[in-house]
Amino acid sequence: MPFLHLPAFYESFLYIVFHWIVLATSWNILSGYSGYFSFGHGAFFGAGVYTTAVLAGKYDVPFLWTLPAAALVAALLGLGLGAVVFRVRHVRGELFALLTLAATFVLATIVLNTPIDGGPGVYLSAVPVPKLAPTPSGSFYMMALVLAIGTIAIAYAIARARLGLGLFAIHDDEDAAEVMGVPAYRYKLVAFGVSCALAGVAGGIQALFVSYVTANGTFNITVPLTVVLMSVLGGTRSWIGPAIGATAITILLYATTAADQAVAGKAVVGAVLVAAILLMPEGILGRTFARRGRGVPPASSASPVPVHTDAVVAAIESPSAAAERTVLLAVRGVAKSFKGVRALDGVDLDVREGEVLGVIGPNGSGKSTLINVVSGHFRADAGSARFGGVDLLALPAHRIARAGVARTYQIPRPFAHLTVRDNVALAAMFGGTALDPRHAAEVALHWLQFTGLAARADAYPGDLNLHQAKFLELARGLAARPRLLMLDEVLSGLTPAEIDGAIDLILRIRAQGTTIVLVEHVMRVVTALAERIVVLDQGRVLAEGRTADVMARPDVAVAYLGVPHA
Amino acid sequence: MTFPSGTLLAQSALSGVFIGSMYGLLGMGLGLAWGLLHIINLAHFGFAFLAAYLCYQLASVGGIDPLLTLALIIPLFFALGMAVQWLLSRFSVSPLNSLLATFGLTAIIEAGIQYFWTADFRKLESVYSGQKLRVGGLFVPVPELLTLVLALVLGFSIWAAMRYTNLGRALRALAEDAPMAAAFGVNRRAHALLLAGVCGALAGIAGVCLALSFTLTPSQIYAWVGVVFAAVMLGGLGSPLGPVAAGMVVGVSEAVTMAFASPSWAPIVSFSLLIALLLLRPGRT
Repeated sequence: MPFLHLPAFYESFLYIVFHWIVLATSWNILSGYSGYFSFGHGAFFGAGVYTTAVLAGKYDVPFLWTLPAAALVAALLGLGLGAVVFRVRHVRGELFALLTLAATFVLATIVLNTPIDGGPGVYLSAVPVPKLAPTPSGSFYMMALVLAIGTIAIAYAIARARLGLGLFAIHDDEDAAEVMGVPAYRYKLVAFGVSCALAGVAGGIQALFVSYVTANGTFNITVPLTVVLMSVLGGTRSWIGPAIGATAITILLYATTAADQAVAGKAVVGAVLVAAILLMPEGILGRTFARRGRGVPPASSASPVPVHTDAVVAAIESPSAAAERTVLLAVRGVAKSFKGVRALDGVDLDVREGEVLGVIGPNGSGKSTLINVVSGHFRADAGSARFGGVDLLALPAHRIARAGVARTYQIPRPFAHLTVRDNVALAAMFGGTALDPRHAAEVALHWLQFTGLAARADAYPGDLNLHQAKFLELARGLAARPRLLMLDEVLSGLTPAEIDGAIDLILRIRAQGTTIVLVEHVMRVVTALAERIVVLDQGRVLAEGRTADVMARPDVAVAYLGVPHA
Repeated sequence: MTFPSGTLLAQSALSGVFIGSMYGLLGMGLGLAWGLLHIINLAHFGFAFLAAYLCYQLASVGGIDPLLTLALIIPLFFALGMAVQWLLSRFSVSPLNSLLATFGLTAIIEAGIQYFWTADFRKLESVYSGQKLRVGGLFVPVPELLTLVLALVLGFSIWAAMRYTNLGRALRALAEDAPMAAAFGVNRRAHALLLAGVCGALAGIAGVCLALSFTLTPSQIYAWVGVVFAAVMLGGLGSPLGPVAAGMVVGVSEAVTMAFASPSWAPIVSFSLLIALLLLRPGRT
């Protein structure tokens, strides 16, 4: 393009388009994918602007050498902020947006009041523009073009990779993602670092393009709001959405403000924004592009997936052998309180290799809390849970998942914006097996067939009925290939016929050698499946032993049915 | 850095209280809508500036006492607040999207102001401007005092209304658990519209105070956003008095920073406070 000798106006205009494509796309890598909307993109852009301005303008460093430095400074700033902020559990949603906005103003104040700027701004008019094209405007065009293509390629690669699927899961339900093995903290930090580095490079180029930078002109609310607007307009769940939104808005702004109706232009942009948010809350691309076709033809899954054969245990041992089996999970003295209510009050129990352990008890006895603590969803106040030589309670949730523990949620918590297939593939990618994305998609289809959901593989969880949603929970648990699977009332709310099917399914899971902890209210299910049961009452173990023996004990009947009246 | 004298320090603190009450008055409507309606209404700032310009027009051209313009501004902005709420609830907008949509609305308002009043600086000259009381060794400017009094009176009345009337209880119940409150017979839509109207009226009143004490220019709309957000977050979402108290803390700490260091360091105080608060407080409001 620069070699066509077009008027400089076109090159400069296209430079601006590419500039915004880079900023919007880079913002989207963290904020669009993971849902952590940053209003601080201006800070990282500004860090890049000032890195280049100071190095090139004050210390005569050759311009192109300042760009990696701009990326580095912006990335370090983002990583530093993220390292603090992402540790704090409640800073999500609008609080994260505000915090990053505040960080922008703090940075602006520091830049303004220190020798970085000092007040008068920094001139770069003496800095030579690298000759990448016949004209300076052509050179800027080339730099921005390369950066824009690079940024979109990175956004695409992340969306298709493990990192992208993890970020999408964090967007939908961060706690569930973590429990399924997504290292949420690390992923957010990596995405933030990449996002900031790209914004930093864009800032570095922009510094030379405008050739005079001021703190107030750099760190204002325009950059963050514009990139958010562009990305939301284009569609934040897509790798290309922000680029489309950026192009549309830049053209719109130029068309309306280039003439002398600058005021009308502002109003038009405002009106477009209002209309876009109200009428297309998911952006121009919406869901159409968000479908993450993983390119696995359904036919390829007709044959059983070989990876599992080694794990299948052929024979089911007789229940009487349970006592001699090794202990897989040893829970000792686990306690957990919620604002003074003792949900778990020193629970001891063993789960033995290959058994189905039923956990029963009245409402509020601590059954679900036990699962939540062992899976890392809640942190225990005291106690330990030794699983194959490690104490699970000392691990973050995603490490527990990787160690081979999976769970289902009583109220299904699927990732709403991922297809049923991707929901299951995610478990295979981040659970005990840690498969690569392509392999995981095949495995996902296998478990969808196992649970009878194969026909719904490309549906979204919102389209499933309760029975299917519960089985999706099961399929996710299974796809992780756990050594220990904890089922939290997976059958509640199902019809008797559906329960019969589910019992059969759980027996088949057990036949594959998976140890199961079964929290259940439906006694028919517990007696049909569990060799041993543990009865919880008010956060303590009331009884533990073989199912028939425990059920015969009078104190268990009292806890369950109340005191008999004569 | 020179150490300022005691009187200068007291005067700075006092001006911090005044600017803080402006933060609080602006933040009151913003925080109520955010906490109780889950709407982050950036257009609140646009409305306040629109009211300020209306007040300026009526008072400087029409010759009406600026405080009397409230008789027009309050019902007008009550209606505007309801209109925005109707629009946002019609499309069931999420909190984050409400922020974006109302930003668009603010851009439209800004353009409208610029069209009618141009981007030039406007300063309302009224009977109140320049008037000062002398208390001890300190000067108390009357317009700023009016802002403080209005912020306190409105804050306390809304607090009392929320606490002691059925209407207030219904609003708090809706904020806590809307479907449950609706099941108990609370009319969700009507209450939301009413509260949004009150928030709109608060923006109008804040606008009159802006016109009385500050020089107006359209781009100043955004200058208030950051620090008022800080005051709202510090004071607690959905609380009428919290933003006033927090606004004063922010205002005084800014003013004292300006007295000790250069005025350009002032923003670091409020925003560092906000960051620290967001990170350190145990749970969400």
